[in-house]
Amino acid sequence: MIRRYVAALDQGTTSSRCILFDHDGRMIAIAQREHRQYYPRPGWVEHDAAEIWATVQRVIRQALDDADADACEIVALGVTNQRETMVVWDSSTGVPVHRAIVWQDTRTADLLAEIGRTDAAEQIRARAGLPLVTYFSGAKLRWLLDSDPALAERADRGELLFGTMDTWITWNLTGGVQGGVHVTDVTNASRTMLMNLETLDWDDTLLRIFRVPRSMLPEIRSTVGVVGTTVDPVPGIPVGALIGDQQASLFGHGAFEAGEVKCTFGTGGFLLLNTGTRIAHSTHGLITTVAHRFDGEPAVYALEGSMAMTGGLVQWCRDNLRLIKTPSEIETLAAQVPDNGGCYVVPAFSGLFAPHWESGAQGMIVGLTSFVTRSHIARAVLEATAWQTRDVVDAMNADAGLPASALVVDGGMTTDNLLMQMVADVLDVPVIRPMMAETVALGAAYAAGLAVGYWPDRAALRRHWHVAAEWLPAMDPARRDRELAAWRKAVELAIAWGTR
Amino acid sequence: MPGSIQSIERAAAILRLLAESDDPMGLLQISAALDLAKGTTHGLLSTLTDVGFVEQAHAAGPYRLSDDMAGLGRNRLHANELRSRALNWTDALAGRSGEAAKVAVFRDGQAVIAHHVFRVDLASRRRSAQTLTTGTVVPLHATALGKVLLAFEPAAARSIVGRELPSLTYRTITDRVALYRELAAVRDGGWAAAVDESGPDVADIAAPVRDRGGYVVAVVGIEGAKDRICDERGRPRPTLIAHVVRAGRDISRELGHGRGL
Repeated sequence: MIRRYVAALDQGTTSSRCILFDHDGRMIAIAQREHRQYYPRPGWVEHDAAEIWATVQRVIRQALDDADADACEIVALGVTNQRETMVVWDSSTGVPVHRAIVWQDTRTADLLAEIGRTDAAEQIRARAGLPLVTYFSGAKLRWLLDSDPALAERADRGELLFGTMDTWITWNLTGGVQGGVHVTDVTNASRTMLMNLETLDWDDTLLRIFRVPRSMLPEIRSTVGVVGTTVDPVPGIPVGALIGDQQASLFGHGAFEAGEVKCTFGTGGFLLLNTGTRIAHSTHGLITTVAHRFDGEPAVYALEGSMAMTGGLVQWCRDNLRLIKTPSEIETLAAQVPDNGGCYVVPAFSGLFAPHWESGAQGMIVGLTSFVTRSHIARAVLEATAWQTRDVVDAMNADAGLPASALVVDGGMTTDNLLMQMVADVLDVPVIRPMMAETVALGAAYAAGLAVGYWPDRAALRRHWHVAAEWLPAMDPARRDRELAAWRKAVELAIAWGTR
Repeated sequence: MPGSIQSIERAAAILRLLAESDDPMGLLQISAALDLAKGTTHGLLSTLTDVGFVEQAHAAGPYRLSDDMAGLGRNRLHANELRSRALNWTDALAGRSGEAAKVAVFRDGQAVIAHHVFRVDLASRRRSAQTLTTGTVVPLHATALGKVLLAFEPAAARSIVGRELPSLTYRTITDRVALYRELAAVRDGGWAAAVDESGPDVADIAAPVRDRGGYVVAVVGIEGAKDRICDERGRPRPTLIAHVVRAGRDISRELGHGRGL
């Protein structure tokens, strides 16, 4: 019997994973490897793109080994990735000219403040759908070219290539200096601040604002559609899809219709609402982004509520505070107390994203008394994710004009039972986890599989979706209101502290 | 060379004695076996109890080695950690089998559900009629999950010594000899089943989850209506057994089993 699998490569903020799926969307093998985080200065976050490519090679080989599968049994590979993180490399050597600047990095705050003094902010919002904040890639590229005049010259001479991580990985997968394809997709390009949401092409006005030479930018392709064939680390697999991780998660839920929504809890948290082929603009702090595009079809758009720091805060508790030894221990610690003891954590490490978009805000822990223990802090850490989710869901409800009746979730943090119960409690609606928590990878596999005809159509994929767990709200409304007011006050303080 | 410390030698002798004994031992038994004064023995035992190496089922009762002592040097895998490592493979098991998948651990004398994935329910697609059972307890002797723990986890096996095996249905194994015979079969086969034993018309199948060193740290299984889990003769379906055993291997592999020490 000939086996046929689809592979998803998920290049995330802290690790890279390769997962193989069968025709029913069930996981066959998973290989994962972390890469190093560099924090050279306050607010700076960098990755070594060469290390990331090396980990990608290893996890692809290991996943194939674990499944005892040959490359010829893999019908397609879908690439999904941490978005906005960007790298520039030399097209003739394939060597990055600097460390990748990560989406969480806030070094471009001053640059953006300068750009914001012109009418650029309005142009950017109208054309790219994005607020003028440090999150997105375009300003990171400008900062890099400004940081070294020699780089700017080489970029002008056409010697350098720019890419988000999908582009970097795909260029290397398809041969690198020996014929690697230099491409991105509409979902990733929509996060650069350089793409026009309507034309789905690089926008000359935006390129002028950020003074970026078009020659270093990749070609923008559809999300679903073969862009090339792998050469390395195993040859002959069609690369069937490129898709940003949050859009991949929406796709993995089978949320192809307008009005469908999901929330992913990973390093950051991301609520996405499919708005169909309509480019919706939020009046409550959500951003407009491309959900996906099939070759030959109009693009599908989404409104997004991004939270910069959810699981990342738990990792910080492990790595920087040594409060816990593993991320899952935060639940054990937090479960030892019935409430936060008056303590709140606002994780504005990269400023505050949706719905506030306050790049200057800084993180804080408030409400400390002698009563507060490490368990209370652990609980406040988890609650920070729940309350941030409440803020973006409120924004989405306000935009949509009617409240959501349930929240569909995925991501690594959904293994935290206590957190999922907290989210249900503060939203006052049921929280539902589908049977495949790795929805990001599943979405990339779906997109790649559709591209090569492994699955006939989108309806076939929707039948794979099943409820795996459900948490029902059980919080006293008076307590919810009291704690929400305290959280909102803490957020105000974090913003005020940043503008002192 | 410093002289050896007498009280440590004596404490070590007590631990060896308790480790070799199948049954808990009383104070007089211990002091007689080691030829120690009763007062000295009591002092040593209460210190060993304080540090958690020895325990008593009830005050003034006989002494035995604690579960901590049995697991000394092993990093105990916490239920929350286990859930995060098992998540993907439990999802895959629930997807393949179409039944509810559960992971359980032996904690504080009981089999506790650490993770639960709902059964595929085609009738209610976007919401579920099922309730999460994470954190609840299942009977050790009347479920496949429990039997795997009894078969492979010494602390679990010891927890039922001298205890009555309550009857939950007419099929529950309440006879100790019959249970031990069944546990031997579980060890030989590498999986367990329970049909109509914890409740009418309920069946489950389970297989062990091992850590890097091969020690059984948890159990994974599926649970559902008897007519779906079993064939028409009431025996667990071989394809479902294969799915469960495979999930056990996959999670074990995730924990490092078979990847070298």
